[in-house]
Amino acid sequence: MERPSDKIIVCRCEEVTLGAVRQWIAEGYHTFDELKRILRVGMGPCQGRGCREIVLREIAAMTGKQMSDIPPGSFRPLTRPVKIGAIADDGGE
Amino acid sequence: MEWTNTADVVVIGAGIQGTAISYYLKRRGVEKVVVLDKSTVCSGATGRCGAGIRAQWGTEMNCRLGLACVEKFEGLSQELGMDIGLNQSGYLMVAYQDKEWEQLQKNVTLQNRLGIASRVVNREEANEICPGLGAPDALGFTFHARDGHADPFLTTFAYHKRGRELGVIYHTGTTVTDIKVANGKVFGVVTDKGHIDAPVVINAAGGHSQFIASMAGVQLPLFSERHEIIITEPVDAGVCPPMLMSFSGNYYIQQRPHGSIIAGCSPAGHPQDYELGTSWQFLQQMTRTMLAVLPRTRGMRIVRQWSGLYNMSPDRQAVLGEADDVTGFFVSVGFSGHGFMFGPVTGEIIADLVVGREPEINVDMLHYRRFQLGELILEPAVV
Repeated sequence: MERPSDKIIVCRCEEVTLGAVRQWIAEGYHTFDELKRILRVGMGPCQGRGCREIVLREIAAMTGKQMSDIPPGSFRPLTRPVKIGAIADDGGE
Repeated sequence: MEWTNTADVVVIGAGIQGTAISYYLKRRGVEKVVVLDKSTVCSGATGRCGAGIRAQWGTEMNCRLGLACVEKFEGLSQELGMDIGLNQSGYLMVAYQDKEWEQLQKNVTLQNRLGIASRVVNREEANEICPGLGAPDALGFTFHARDGHADPFLTTFAYHKRGRELGVIYHTGTTVTDIKVANGKVFGVVTDKGHIDAPVVINAAGGHSQFIASMAGVQLPLFSERHEIIITEPVDAGVCPPMLMSFSGNYYIQQRPHGSIIAGCSPAGHPQDYELGTSWQFLQQMTRTMLAVLPRTRGMRIVRQWSGLYNMSPDRQAVLGEADDVTGFFVSVGFSGHGFMFGPVTGEIIADLVVGREPEINVDMLHYRRFQLGELILEPAVV
């Protein structure tokens, strides 16, 4: 059933809507990392800083679990995007 | 999904191998197929890979499998009813050394004989295929337009989704702790959630497959290397149209349809510690390589870095088939960094072997007994 909030974009980097997240949670994908792999949610330049909490909250709501019981998913380097030239030119060996 | 203690087939590993094998088993009418994974679907090597698909190989077996894979991927979105993100814009192979250049040309001769329309291209053509190509020290190039890449996540999830619709049962977050064998036959698995009795058990455990095999008393001469990889922010299409790959240059670089550029290389020292860590050394080596090969990437930002395991075999070719001494125990392992591209074809082959049907490509020579007999078929074309 469509809800007005389905149109809300929860991941601004990859333009993923709440409706898309809900659709895949309903299919049985109950971890942030699985939703990330399917939807690219959290894979953009902000690395999930904007969307992770929202997605975890939605998983909790739809599965009836506590949000603290949902695995937060992996955090990968880099901490913030860095230009290729800036890394390659660094003289440190 | 409710746990039951019996199955016709248990598949260990929910990467591309396990999801594809289980889907093709259902298509062949096998009643109860259960897939186990200690983590989640596509959480291991498949979801961490460079995503390439190619027919440009150096051995006859890999060329045959590679061409079959290209053909398979071309129809896969339709077969599975879900977009798998296929992008066929070719592999441009780059040679820097005399011996390597000789080998690439030999490979093209072999590939052409097997019906693969690869060709040698000169510098001018290479620049047309990849505007912005640097690599001033390159000696030569080969190209095959039907090579390319697909989305490993979407491909694996397409098999997972279709498989489940056909009745494949998945238990993720389930660790296999033992494989039960008696009188030379497999009869089930033990897990941290309980046991499952089954006359067929398939090892599709990627980087951990040698440990799974030893649970069944089968010793495979495999080891797993950590390889690192980076991805940039999305940029305009056309920055790197083909997959750029070099064996001596030690790199592969491609741009996803979505705009991000993915780049990886073979690490110095080949860490075999089963740690999925990341290093500054790789980041620096890889970015320097990118500037030499594709100078226009200088101002693009890297957003993420990660690593995955190559499950290496002694001759860098896959290990497929039923165990000699353990009836019902099948392996689909040792892909040496190329499991994603081969998965859709080998998945069907393994399913055929399990149900006793003759596969379209005979893979007897990929049985692990080749290591005992010393009949290695070394693949020269691996990064």
